Amino acid sequence: MKALAAQIESEVYMTLRRGETLLLTIGIPVAFLVFFTTVHVVTTGARHPVTFFVPGVLALAVMSTAMVSLGIATGFERGYGVLKRLGATPLGRPRLIAAKIATVVLVELVQAAVLVPVGYGLGWHPPSGPAAIGGAGTAALEALAVALLATVGFGGLGLLLAGVLKAELNLAVANALYLVLLLAGGMVVPVGKLPSGLQTLARALPAAALSDGLHAALGSGAPVPLEAWVVLAVWAVAAPLVAAATFRWE
Amino acid sequence: MPDEIRAPGDVVIGCSDLVVRYGDVTAVDGVSFAVRAGEVVALLGPNGAGKTSTVECLEGYRHPASGRIRVLGLDPIAQHEALVAKIGVMLQRGGVYPMLGPRRALRLFAAYYQRARDPEELLDLVSLSPVAGTPWRHLSGGEQQRLSLALALVGRPEAVFLDEPTAGVDAEGRQDIRRVVAGLAAEGVGVLLTTHELSEAERMADRVVILRHGQVVAEGTPAGLAAGGQEIVRFGAPAGLDAGSLADALGVPVTEEEPGRYVVRARATPVLTATLAAWLADRELALTDLRSGRTLEEAYLDAVGEGDGSDTRREASP
Repeated sequence: MKALAAQIESEVYMTLRRGETLLLTIGIPVAFLVFFTTVHVVTTGARHPVTFFVPGVLALAVMSTAMVSLGIATGFERGYGVLKRLGATPLGRPRLIAAKIATVVLVELVQAAVLVPVGYGLGWHPPSGPAAIGGAGTAALEALAVALLATVGFGGLGLLLAGVLKAELNLAVANALYLVLLLAGGMVVPVGKLPSGLQTLARALPAAALSDGLHAALGSGAPVPLEAWVVLAVWAVAAPLVAAATFRWE
Repeated sequence: MPDEIRAPGDVVIGCSDLVVRYGDVTAVDGVSFAVRAGEVVALLGPNGAGKTSTVECLEGYRHPASGRIRVLGLDPIAQHEALVAKIGVMLQRGGVYPMLGPRRALRLFAAYYQRARDPEELLDLVSLSPVAGTPWRHLSGGEQQRLSLALALVGRPEAVFLDEPTAGVDAEGRQDIRRVVAGLAAEGVGVLLTTHELSEAERMADRVVILRHGQVVAEGTPAGLAAGGQEIVRFGAPAGLDAGSLADALGVPVTEEEPGRYVVRARATPVLTATLAAWLADRELALTDLRSGRTLEEAYLDAVGEGDGSDTRREASP
């Protein structure tokens, strides 16, 4: 317990001390939320743009932390021989991974604690009325479940890249993937606006499934589509499994 | 569960007939040696001799193709969990979170072990207290190595592996590292270090194991290795002496190893030194120095031999 707690403390300390991580996980999502809500460069089809952008940017926040931040940091730790060195301590891989998961979840909570109030400030309110079947409580639980599944899938993807690529290449690929999924993931541009072929591809990726789920639970108040659950579940199982099978610790 | 009491002389690190292969390449080819409690053993050898591969098997990082390994009585791979609580490891490079300073890194590692040493005491031990808050990436090479060493000691290990511990370390830092290693041995810890720096092996190690092409080619105390082998006399004189004529006078072969540095493969008898001095005097040549026997470096070069530039030497026999 002492080792796990110390590991989580160090991971959180390092995550919050990295300027580029804070920019990625907090700065960019907040900037996007404020910019796209107030400057109408994208037509969302929602009653109020903030209804679209709060769930979209929360999806972006999950992806930034679980895939990009976790993956890049882990890639560099591998490159610096940190993971190899930890292999010769009693910490052990299960506790190392548990600490990383806990850190990702803690950072996501910090992101939500920043983004949701900013959203309220911009006029967002949780869905209510007949559209929200089962009420706001169910919608919030669905949103949490969607975010958790996506965190596992994105975390697996980030670790998959970190475990096979050299640290610098991993950095480049993770950033490129971030950009592609940002644009094709329904986070700031509705997936429906993409060309139809690209739409089909985008909907098979975890980013669009995550934002579809959050748009439903936190935007329209509709139930999360079955398709989103299925896509998220498949990625949540497949990505960590492939990452575990291919990960090289040094 | 109380720790086993280890008597001085018990084998703490041992391998026999160790073989490591990478594809078709045999990196370690039947290596056997042992490190006893309270002993410092240096694995010495040129790059690619198999030092790191050997150590990585002992640390449990690498599966040997064959051979038997025991560290503190444990199999490093099958009993990895039990082993890592009792060993200390210093990797050749890196191994520390770049954002953590020495104090944070030591506190983190201290939390991994049941009976950890006090991080503040370790900071003092390796003279890192003044930079305790400086992130690893801003430390000098020597400071990084000393932090690495301190991290290897946090868990009160009974066996310690140090891969090139003094690489990139300044003179003062080396002194610190040597003092810490000597202290470990005095407490009964078995220390295995790798180095390609002979002077470090000579100063730190009780015993030296020399590897070449994955095999042990010599083993012994630094003094014993230097003393062993063939009799040899070295002297300095003007470059380009007529080595043939000198060899005739001495009755033994003379080699000019490099300009002005000569080697005579014979015992330094009074007759030999007198003949050498007389031969130089006849030609009004000055003798700049004269020495008999080998240094560890010469013993090492003899052991790893082959391809050390012998084809560029000029040798003359009587």
